[in-house]
Amino acid sequence: MHELAVTESILNVVLRHAGQNGVRRVLGIALRIGELSDLEDTWLQRYFDYLSKDTLAAGARLHIERVPVVFRCEPCRHDFPVNVREMDQVRCPQCGGERMTLVSGREYFIKNIEVI
Amino acid sequence: MSDVRLIDIREEILSDNQELAGKIRRDLGRHGVFMLNLMSSPGAGKTSLILRTLSTLRDRVRIGVIEGDIASSVDAEKVSREGVPAVQLRTGGFCHLDAPMIERALKELDLTDLDCIIIENVGNLVCPAEFDTGSQRRAMILSVPEGDDKPLKYPLMFSVCDALVVNKVDYLGTSDFDLERLRERVCKLNPDIRIFPVSCKTGEGIAEWTGWLAEQVAGARPPA
Repeated sequence: MHELAVTESILNVVLRHAGQNGVRRVLGIALRIGELSDLEDTWLQRYFDYLSKDTLAAGARLHIERVPVVFRCEPCRHDFPVNVREMDQVRCPQCGGERMTLVSGREYFIKNIEVI
Repeated sequence: MSDVRLIDIREEILSDNQELAGKIRRDLGRHGVFMLNLMSSPGAGKTSLILRTLSTLRDRVRIGVIEGDIASSVDAEKVSREGVPAVQLRTGGFCHLDAPMIERALKELDLTDLDCIIIENVGNLVCPAEFDTGSQRRAMILSVPEGDDKPLKYPLMFSVCDALVVNKVDYLGTSDFDLERLRERVCKLNPDIRIFPVSCKTGEGIAEWTGWLAEQVAGARPPA
């Protein structure tokens, strides 16, 4: 449901950079979003198309790279990817440890924009 | 025909919100005021926990409340009746509170007259987890009837919070909710989280919760 607020932020950042760089049109936007985020790609694009109408970024495609959830095992410091849906059965594949911290999966990042 | 080129941005998507949240935290810090962002699904007991917290701490801690609600002001009215400053933010359908909304609400409160502000966020376990409000700590409530599987469905919420209040423990035993299983699941996502089993109905566990909150408030006060 918060896709709208997030999309608005993306558009603001993109238009600011487009303005600073004398861009005529934004064709694409590369994003990195962690798999822990509940944002749906289709909805992001749909909201983006709606909000970006009549701007330099109208029609731009969002290219979303999903950053996997990675845990670090506290006892043995091993990093390993985790399926979001199986987070309750997580054990370190190396030592079987059960104390871990989140290394990635919460990203919310604009990498670059493709422009003319 | 002009060339297509790439412009590097490397910026956080919610950078505007994060910057403002940082500014809010610095302002609160200058006033020695502690702010808590309290989140949960609808009906888990946010208002009940706030009312219990007020009645336990009010003699020692000056508390103000920011109420986020989609359309009504029912909760703010309940809190105001307790005689504490309360600000109602009607989000008009918005699913979460963000830093700009909190900045507006803070203008309605006298920071020189408060030690602690509790934000009652919109009832929702998804969106509020993504937005920094400028609070120093985040807490969430999970109530027993919701089930012990919620960390699997809303991992982000459980991973961003500093404290988890498990409310309605008077229902334990009438369902298959397993407090130990919940603890294991939550600690995998967030090993540092503090967990407080409470019942706002019977008062069980409230002292531990308010003790933790009072410690956080004391930590925000400038050294005398």
